[in-house]
Amino acid sequence: MISPVEVPRLALDVRNLSVGFDRTSVIERLSFQVPRGSALAIVGPNGAGKSVLAKALIGALPHAGTISWEENTKIGYVPQKLDIERDLPITGGDFLRAKAVVVRACEADIADVLDLVGLKAESVGKPIGALSGGQFQRLLVAAALIGHPTVLLLDEPTAGVDEPGQDSINHTLDRLREERGLTILFISHDLSVVYHYATNVLCLSRGHSCFGVPRKVLTPQLLQELYGAPVAYHVHHDLRL
Amino acid sequence: MTFDSSAIALSVAAGAAAGLVGCFAVMRRMTLAADAISHIALPGIGVAILLRIHPILGGVAALLVGTLLVWGIENRTRLATETIIGVVFSTALAIGSLITSGEELIEALFGGVGHLTAVETTLGLVLALGVIGFVLWQRHRLVLALVSPEIAHTTGINVQRLNLYFLLVFALTIAIGLRYLGVLLVGSLVIIPAATAKRLARSLPGMLVISVAVSIASTTLGTWLSLSLHRTPGSMIILMAAGFFLLSLLRRSGT
Repeated sequence: MISPVEVPRLALDVRNLSVGFDRTSVIERLSFQVPRGSALAIVGPNGAGKSVLAKALIGALPHAGTISWEENTKIGYVPQKLDIERDLPITGGDFLRAKAVVVRACEADIADVLDLVGLKAESVGKPIGALSGGQFQRLLVAAALIGHPTVLLLDEPTAGVDEPGQDSINHTLDRLREERGLTILFISHDLSVVYHYATNVLCLSRGHSCFGVPRKVLTPQLLQELYGAPVAYHVHHDLRL
Repeated sequence: MTFDSSAIALSVAAGAAAGLVGCFAVMRRMTLAADAISHIALPGIGVAILLRIHPILGGVAALLVGTLLVWGIENRTRLATETIIGVVFSTALAIGSLITSGEELIEALFGGVGHLTAVETTLGLVLALGVIGFVLWQRHRLVLALVSPEIAHTTGINVQRLNLYFLLVFALTIAIGLRYLGVLLVGSLVIIPAATAKRLARSLPGMLVISVAVSIASTTLGTWLSLSLHRTPGSMIILMAAGFFLLSLLRRSGT
């Protein structure tokens, strides 16, 4: 007797997605699927539309085509950069409390997420403009985790963070995916991180796009076509893919 | 005008409303917008005088229409808010100065010293309490939308609608101070105490408290001084606020 093949449940199903501004098309007829509990890396050169895709996925940009999230999906979003003044008198605590109140999370959740991302209470008492790059990124990840999201969508979550800090954030996210069954979509320029943590990769570039398992999809030839130059990266020895 | 209990209550309520709204206006970089939006009241005041209805009602109507216009243009074009406000306010000022003349224009620009009627006081108090309630109730949503509209969006906040509500509350705050301070000075009461608080505070609750305190101190002391020195309240209130701002400069930034 043939046993039925287990089809993974989808966290996200994108069909024929097109996004553009003022008659300029940024993303054209893009389709891909993200199984629940997987980690999708979105890669591509600057200007390829990665952040635009992320904003379209959260519904913040008008688009054509369909974006279907699994029912009862709760998204925790980490933006790439924030357009705020550095001298705002808003502390990390003010920001986390605002998120907690809006999503009706309790005070204890704030302590939990701070613990998860390894951010100390005294850092959270500082104005957000006074935090270091690494502390600020951890704060954004902590804010994304408030309210028990089912999906994390991170736009370069480790940009501006030193290497030990990057490893720590990436390990934390990977652990959360395994322990809590979170689906993670992350934009990254670091192909070593993509090889190490992603179960699938979506590459975006004008004229090229690809989707699949990183080891199979990201060939040196495709990377050269994608970025227009040879790309160096380091494949970790403890690859699980 | 006398400095009786109703005048004190209105000064305190208007000061608190302006202090709270000002915090978010300053953090949202709407400093220029505050001055500009207040000028939109002028044609409304002019039309009201022509129609022999209360000038402030005309000013409030013009402010609300102007705010909706600014919000509508902003959402239909990709122009910056400051650009749109700049165009709308210059047009409003041109229309206003055409249909308002002489003494009325001076009073509309710099505020009046006449006696506040019971209706004016009650309306001012109700509007001020509404503005205070809105900012305190929505402050967490306003913080999220300020830090990142996209994060706010993922929590279910309709950022576009929140922006409209904030602009309307901002316009109402301007309307509350219009009678006292006039079109030219009313924007300063929203901005100067909040700018002072931004220099001194290191957290959001701190900024809100300092801004409200500076604003109330400016409105009450300024009104009292204007009665003692027989000057227009608008000028005295703004001078008080400017004095507090200058004092805040004594504190070195980053300390």
